[in-house]
Amino acid sequence: MANALDPHAAIATTASGLTGGALRTADGRPLVRALARSQKRARRRAFLLVLPLLAFVLITFVVPIGQMLQRSFYNDGFSANMPQLSQWFADHPRGTEPDEAAWAALAADLTASAEARTIGVVGTRINYDVPGTRSLFTSTGRQVRRGLEPPYRAALLDINDDWAEPRLWSAMREASRPVTGNFYLAALDRSRADDGSIQQVEPRQRVYVMLFMRTFWLSLLITAITFVLGFPIAHLLATLPMRRSNLLMILVLLPFWTSLLVRTTSWMVLLQQQGVINDILVWLGVIGGTGRLQMIYNQTGTIIAMTHILLPFMILPLYSVMRTINPSYVRAARSLGATSWTAFRRVYFPQTLPGLGAGALLVFILAVGYYITPALVGGSSGQLISNMIAMHMTDTLNWSMAAALAALLLAAVLLLYWVYDRMVGIDNLKLG
Amino acid sequence: MTRRLIAGAALALLAAGAAAAQDGQIAITTYGGAFGEALNESLVKPFTQETGIGATMIDNDDPPAKLKAEVEAGNVTSAIYDVEQSDVIALCDEGLIEPIDPTILQAGADGSAAADDYLPQALHDCATAIMVWSTVIAYDTEAFPDATPATVADFFDLEKFPGKRGIIKRPKYALEFALLGDGVAPDQVYEVLSTPEGVDRAFAKLDTIKDQVVWWEAGAQAPQLLADKEVAMTLAYNGRIFDAIVGESKPFAFVWDGANLDMDYWVVPRGAPDMEAAMEFIAYASNPQRQADLSKYIAYGPPRKSAAASVGTYKDGATDMKPYLPTTPENAEKALVNDAGFWADHGSELTERFNSWLAGS
Repeated sequence: MANALDPHAAIATTASGLTGGALRTADGRPLVRALARSQKRARRRAFLLVLPLLAFVLITFVVPIGQMLQRSFYNDGFSANMPQLSQWFADHPRGTEPDEAAWAALAADLTASAEARTIGVVGTRINYDVPGTRSLFTSTGRQVRRGLEPPYRAALLDINDDWAEPRLWSAMREASRPVTGNFYLAALDRSRADDGSIQQVEPRQRVYVMLFMRTFWLSLLITAITFVLGFPIAHLLATLPMRRSNLLMILVLLPFWTSLLVRTTSWMVLLQQQGVINDILVWLGVIGGTGRLQMIYNQTGTIIAMTHILLPFMILPLYSVMRTINPSYVRAARSLGATSWTAFRRVYFPQTLPGLGAGALLVFILAVGYYITPALVGGSSGQLISNMIAMHMTDTLNWSMAAALAALLLAAVLLLYWVYDRMVGIDNLKLG
Repeated sequence: MTRRLIAGAALALLAAGAAAAQDGQIAITTYGGAFGEALNESLVKPFTQETGIGATMIDNDDPPAKLKAEVEAGNVTSAIYDVEQSDVIALCDEGLIEPIDPTILQAGADGSAAADDYLPQALHDCATAIMVWSTVIAYDTEAFPDATPATVADFFDLEKFPGKRGIIKRPKYALEFALLGDGVAPDQVYEVLSTPEGVDRAFAKLDTIKDQVVWWEAGAQAPQLLADKEVAMTLAYNGRIFDAIVGESKPFAFVWDGANLDMDYWVVPRGAPDMEAAMEFIAYASNPQRQADLSKYIAYGPPRKSAAASVGTYKDGATDMKPYLPTTPENAEKALVNDAGFWADHGSELTERFNSWLAGS
């Protein structure tokens, strides 16, 4: 009986034997119920204590991410402002030639939208799919406010021939439903053809898939380099006498505490063509004055600067795990005849895996979302997907597109986390 | 007792607010900094002196966002906002700013009508331009001892002018500039750029210098790249290069050929509390002499042609500003006026193509 070890349960059992009924408190209530009530109260109090944190996380983390994800597939810029035409699209299947009723609906919606001054929003939404149409909407909007006479097809075509474009009508049909997968398609370098089928965009417009692959490849590479560089340092930190390891620790932590921007700009000073490293190489005669190395404003610059910035995130978890490894295991292995390599490979290294897992995951996930460093030192070939997200947030103001790209990035990271959990086990992660 | 005090204080504040509105007290939101200060000295202070309408300057990092939030919340605090060209288009399309009657604007210094005197695109249904800034070619005079670059074509001529080139990492500027370098006339650039062949032509021109380009993103990077000798020639914002030349005595110089003119605008939010005073301010700000006075404090030019003649010296009293302003007739001759409408239509498409082109090295 599980309760046998619980003193309260034992008393209850004995007591119930004496009274022949439930044990009661001094004021006569059943003890079980009183206990449950007091436990419930304690739980509620504990919950109230964490409530501010929960609210904080909800408000600052879950809600914005939720809204962002919603933006990636929900955009009612067209459907909310063009209700009649949206209704016509809903009533007529794809492939129906727009009849006079459709043109009338379009004219009515354009007039209403121009009156309400929402035509800019409508045009911007269609402009995402058919470049160059924003001004078609706004300029037509200015004209229809003066009034349109039926037949509406002729009247609108009279204002601008572009209204007859099948591509425009196809885009308007897509936008007539607020829920759309088009932004995800665009984020994968795909688009919808006029007949609704999915196709790849022209080769010279393709950019996102390549950037996703580059981002993941560079992040992997940087994770690998930080491992190669960080492992010996962490080992040194963990095994040196305290006084000297403290000094070394400061050397690791000092850059870690320095601002990201400062460290990135210092790399710019070091690496540029007239920079410190090139000057030294020229002075040593390794390279000629004209053959200065291009180490920045390209992928090399991104890799160097990001590796340096992310190195502490590899060293610190490794160090914290290595400190707890008992050195007598390796000594025991050696005394039983293992070579130092075997002892390292089969005894020491496996014990560092929890730290390595944590470090690798940290570095990789941070690298995937890196933005400032590639923006400053990446040039054209060192750009990552987050630079594209930032551009859509601030430059083109296509937040739906930014949200779709960010959602794909988030999904990829979650997938990676899941794979890691299946292969290594997330319980093996040790952060410090 | 306390409650009565608070109520009394609130009433007094309300009354003061109402009185201020009656006296015509307006608030002006700008990007602030050196530009806000220059506006205050050259325009806002004289305005208050002459009209008796008090004006408060408010600094904001992102005036269009503040304007949008205030109008949508129905609580507009500033009667006047300073916004950039691309924002004017979006705000006006969305009905967030008031139309401005062009007849309130003052006549030019030479008596010409405002509509003829303002630069192309300086007058908009909902806005009037404040000043003109530009993106120009700047170079290190020490990099080319034998020759002086004078045209956009020289920027693309790596043989005559060897050395790295700095270009802002955006299709805007880069593509327009490439077409100018390929011999397209400034007034033809947007026409060419709106055709697929024109876009190909621009990229083909950029291809010729692609491996020599350092792409920059923040305005401060351009003078820094020049000072570090990382590039020999770069596109740069004219105000920054002016500061480097006059303030820091750097050996830099401009090429005005192919300068890309852009403007900031005054707008009045929908439902502004002091509409009349706001319009009075905008009319006052159209005074050519006042516009020329701005150049005394900062290297931006007046948005109307007839004001250029009145431009004097910098606030140090010694530097003649004419050679440094994008609007001085000799400088503006071959300039391109940036078309925000074109970029609102084609920006995302060209940005994608540009990024794809950049990445495919």
